[in-house]
Amino acid sequence: MSATSSTIVNLPDQRTATLPKKNYINAEDGILSWLLTADHKRIGILYLITITFFFLIGGIFAGLIRLELLTPQPDLVASDTYNKLFTLHGIVMIFLFLVPSVPATLGNFLIPIMIGAKDLAFPKINLLSWYLAVIGGSFTLATMVLGGVDTGWTFTTPLSTHYLNTHVVTAGLGVFILGFSSIFTGLNIIVTVHRLRAPGMTWFRMPLFVWAHYAASIMMVLGTPVLAIAITLVALERTLHIGVFDPALGGDPLLFQHLFWFYSHPAVYIMILPGFGVISEVISTFSRKRVFGYTAVAFSSVAIAVFGFLVWEHHMFIMGVSNYSALVFSLLTMLVAVPSAIKIFNWSFTLQKGSITFETPMMYALAFIGLFTIGGLTGIFLGSLGMDVHLTETYFIVAHFHYVMVGGMLMAYLAGLHFWWPKMTGRMYPEAVSKLSAVVSFIGFNLTFMPQFILGYLGMPRRYHAYPAEFQVLNVLSTAGATVLGVGFLMPAIYLVWSLKYGKIAGNNPWQATGLEWQIQSPPLTENFVESPVIDYEAYDYEWLAHKTEQEVTTVG
Amino acid sequence: MDNTIVATHDTHAEEHHHSLPQLRHHFETEQQQREAGTFGMWLFLLTEIMFFGGLFFAYLLYRNWYNPAFVAASNQLSIPMGTVNTAILISSGFFMALGVWAAEVRKQGLLVLFLLLTTLFGCLFLGVKYFEYKEKWEKHHIPGANFDISEFVNPPLNPTTHKPIEEPLSPDMAKKTQVFFSLYFVMTGMHALHMIIGIVLLGWLTWRANRGEFTEGYVAPIENFGLYWHFVDIVWIFLFPLLYLINRHPGT
Repeated sequence: MSATSSTIVNLPDQRTATLPKKNYINAEDGILSWLLTADHKRIGILYLITITFFFLIGGIFAGLIRLELLTPQPDLVASDTYNKLFTLHGIVMIFLFLVPSVPATLGNFLIPIMIGAKDLAFPKINLLSWYLAVIGGSFTLATMVLGGVDTGWTFTTPLSTHYLNTHVVTAGLGVFILGFSSIFTGLNIIVTVHRLRAPGMTWFRMPLFVWAHYAASIMMVLGTPVLAIAITLVALERTLHIGVFDPALGGDPLLFQHLFWFYSHPAVYIMILPGFGVISEVISTFSRKRVFGYTAVAFSSVAIAVFGFLVWEHHMFIMGVSNYSALVFSLLTMLVAVPSAIKIFNWSFTLQKGSITFETPMMYALAFIGLFTIGGLTGIFLGSLGMDVHLTETYFIVAHFHYVMVGGMLMAYLAGLHFWWPKMTGRMYPEAVSKLSAVVSFIGFNLTFMPQFILGYLGMPRRYHAYPAEFQVLNVLSTAGATVLGVGFLMPAIYLVWSLKYGKIAGNNPWQATGLEWQIQSPPLTENFVESPVIDYEAYDYEWLAHKTEQEVTTVG
Repeated sequence: MDNTIVATHDTHAEEHHHSLPQLRHHFETEQQQREAGTFGMWLFLLTEIMFFGGLFFAYLLYRNWYNPAFVAASNQLSIPMGTVNTAILISSGFFMALGVWAAEVRKQGLLVLFLLLTTLFGCLFLGVKYFEYKEKWEKHHIPGANFDISEFVNPPLNPTTHKPIEEPLSPDMAKKTQVFFSLYFVMTGMHALHMIIGIVLLGWLTWRANRGEFTEGYVAPIENFGLYWHFVDIVWIFLFPLLYLINRHPGT
């Protein structure tokens, strides 16, 4: 238990320990009890299974893309198949994995517990949002079966409205429905945080995980409807030939870009903010310190939600927008880097002089800090007007957003999944092999995407299935890296499932963390708490925890 | 056993008995549930504002770009029908507000009556809308289907003065009237879709109200649906002047 030991993991005696007799998993039996559940924890698990399935599909597309790019010649797939591959990779990974990843699984599971509530404010709407995700996912699967879509995930007009006869409307409908799933998740989280906090759980006692989700939810609620109307208009142009974006009728294709990126830039923060929340929890727990500058980190989430809405035009600098507006948007893009930097610096200061231990979640979190910083700083390159003209639509931009989305968000997701796995299942994952998987993912990731920065800088355009022979060495490196990365992602899928049966019993609080979720049994009861908790301590108060544990030693038998 | 403890226990049980059967298990009090529901509804309406906001933004942009086309095209809309429809819709909203009041004062018959009147006026609105759309079809004002710009290039002559009743547009600008009509159909169509969804919900609410579900103290569904219905009203309150009324005759 001393702070100088190499681990903080504190498991109950495995010879006598058992899982709690009553918990949310065995509260009811049968497949229907899962499909009709209103329990936020069960819905979180349903989401976890769903997005893992779609992550696998999106990953297969990524694998095929990298295989095709192994050689300069187009040999594995035809050019239009390649277009479909990267389009579906984008749609699946963004709308079916990244957007729901942390909020709908970990957020769903943890937010009510963290603020001392029995459930989200609208349990049925929560279930509805999962069904919408499944229906939207089915439309995406139908698109694949019917023959695919090749607009790119951006549905760019007039390409999507006039020049393609692939299944744009089916795919668009899928995205539209997935958007509503996301809106309902966000709405539920906002109302829950406002109205269901336990007595004593003031705004500034909430874990930063909740703050980050709150900010992301604001963006879901305000941004997603604009995507919905943009996609609706594309579908109407294709089917009824109205003229809102059609230049032949006087419409402006650029208007679509504005509406699309008004959502899709904030969507980047919808995806990354919940990841920030995970990192705050993990860094604090494995440094045994309160997050440095709690208030600054909390407000930086909100600041990102505000600034995030004011930068969308930086996706359009080369599309003939006015030079003056480009100037303003470039400046605003630089501004949004500030709250992100506040977080990075505050996490670094949390680590400083902390009692750091290197369990798996911490390893993923440290990977996150490094990779996200690279992703964020290269974003500054792209936000500056001169550099953007050179770098946009090249592999530089591909590398940049994969550093943010995979190196950032996926690492954060895995950090969170490992961190709360004992709480969700009651069992520990195997520590040694999971540390190995974190290292493998880190190496594989950098091997995949670092060469792409160089490729992009040298001028290799994105979205092509063939390239000049001089780029082959870097592409081979990238494909090799993707293979390693694939192994790194496959390992957790295997050992986490294994741990469901063979993992060590975790007990209530294996990390000795301070969050409310760690003070209840694992896995939790259906209504989370035996009686409504009253919160009389600040977030990340390790002294309170030590004091509480001392008292409990005498009372718990 | 101590008598006082038994007594407290009894009052506690009685208190529990008084709470509504609709109180969901994860809320502490009825008030908390009601506030959460209303808050959720307002947030949903916020998403609706953003949804329509995209369309209003498109309208603003194109109106600035193609002002002559927008003026000429908006003259094709029927102000009498638009005005009548506005009155009908406001009446529908008025009955909805009365319905919320009836639920709060627990008058079941009145509630059902007001919900039916709300539905009736909502359907009337859609009926008028049908005739407006039909007129557009006959005048070849449907973009993508049968659009004809000749009327904007060569406006009909005034029989007495033998001058065009409208300022003629160049063929290039006349084509832009399709943008106006595209927006007209998308905006009013989305509004009508919201009304249809609302009318379906009204049917369901009326059926439940008829069983007395909302006149025993549990008024949240009526109240929240009222918010939705008023929102749909307000969208029309913006659509009517923007599409039908403003700046119909520049320079006169």
